[in-house]
Amino acid sequence: MSHHLITAGISVLQRDLTLAMRKPAEMATPLIFFSIVISLFPLGVGPEPGLLRALAPGVLWVAALLASMLSLGRLFASDHADGTLEQMVLSPHPLAAAIILPKILAHWLTSGLPLILLSPVLAVQLQLPAAAMPTLAIALLLGTPVLSLIGSVGAALTLGLRGGGVLVSLLVLPLYTPVLIFGAGAVTASAAGLNTEAYLSLLGAFLILTLGFVPWATAAALRISLD
Amino acid sequence: MFQGLSFSLRAGEFLHIQGANGSGKTTLLRTLCGLSMPVEGEIRWHGSAINALQEDYRRALCYVGHHNGIQGEFTTAENLTLYHGLAGDTGGIPIPEVLAQLGLAAVPHLPTKLLSQGQKRRLALARFLIAHKPLWIMDEPITALDVRSATLMNAIFAAHLDRGGLIVLTSHQAVNLVTHPVRTLSLDT
Repeated sequence: MSHHLITAGISVLQRDLTLAMRKPAEMATPLIFFSIVISLFPLGVGPEPGLLRALAPGVLWVAALLASMLSLGRLFASDHADGTLEQMVLSPHPLAAAIILPKILAHWLTSGLPLILLSPVLAVQLQLPAAAMPTLAIALLLGTPVLSLIGSVGAALTLGLRGGGVLVSLLVLPLYTPVLIFGAGAVTASAAGLNTEAYLSLLGAFLILTLGFVPWATAAALRISLD
Repeated sequence: MFQGLSFSLRAGEFLHIQGANGSGKTTLLRTLCGLSMPVEGEIRWHGSAINALQEDYRRALCYVGHHNGIQGEFTTAENLTLYHGLAGDTGGIPIPEVLAQLGLAAVPHLPTKLLSQGQKRRLALARFLIAHKPLWIMDEPITALDVRSATLMNAIFAAHLDRGGLIVLTSHQAVNLVTHPVRTLSLDT
């Protein structure tokens, strides 16, 4: 029974990862967006290092939020359009554990993780001190999965709606704000040489909380969208 | 749409649901699957409501709707591998044999977006063979198929009924199973 659940989960994860590899352009778009938005700031506000350093944590996190939101469309939309999603919902497993969690994990591995790998390069552009880099990486490592998780609820609720993209941002961005505040807070504190433990603990707590609740909320949202 | 509908189906029975466009055939099938909730009433499987059975009911069920559930970027075998993984070990026919049986073995490495409508439909129907599930619910399964494939499907239906399976399908064409009786249900009032 439970090993069937694991087999199903792994099938979904492998399938979504393979699909992402087959459509490299879809995977690259949010990353290019992330890079361009961050590269525009030094051009817009001027190359003064002190100003850029002060802006860096906020700019990096806002760009990460927007890039993550941009990639939400591929989480369920194409599977919904071709009927794969209803087949997944009809599989003999708990929807949240066997389908939704693996899909969110695949989404994070192909959107959040590349973003983390890219961020040090862009942080250098914004004059972020090298000492703050590890904190930036850890904060993104804790925060971006939360973005994928919360985003999945929005993506599921707006399935099949016209103008779903705009609606997703209205639904999801307000819920992203705690991650933004504490993620950027951690990097700012680290750049100032302060203790970041409180910020990172809170981000970790958000991750555990959303991991516990979100897959079930998304499952309920998917059932409503498919009804 | 429809109301006052009541029927029961036994092992080895074949139910053909008929009705004009918009009479609720697809809605009825989706409700039978548990994808849509009925406004009133209940669907039972072995005497228990399907809402209570959940996964136990879905373990017995295979469904094909208007959409084929095929990812165009994947090959035929890759598409079926996902469904094999989702179904668990139910003792169906191995994927290469199913593809050969349905005449899809000649296109193993092409992405399925290049297949014809009929070929895609056959691939969707291959799901019914890779896992052994008693209840088959099919929305217009043979519409896009050529005569040979439709005849083949009739043989597959007959074999499934012989094993004690149940089939509920909608079709605008007449369904003639020479070996088994076909029950019909009309949603037209």
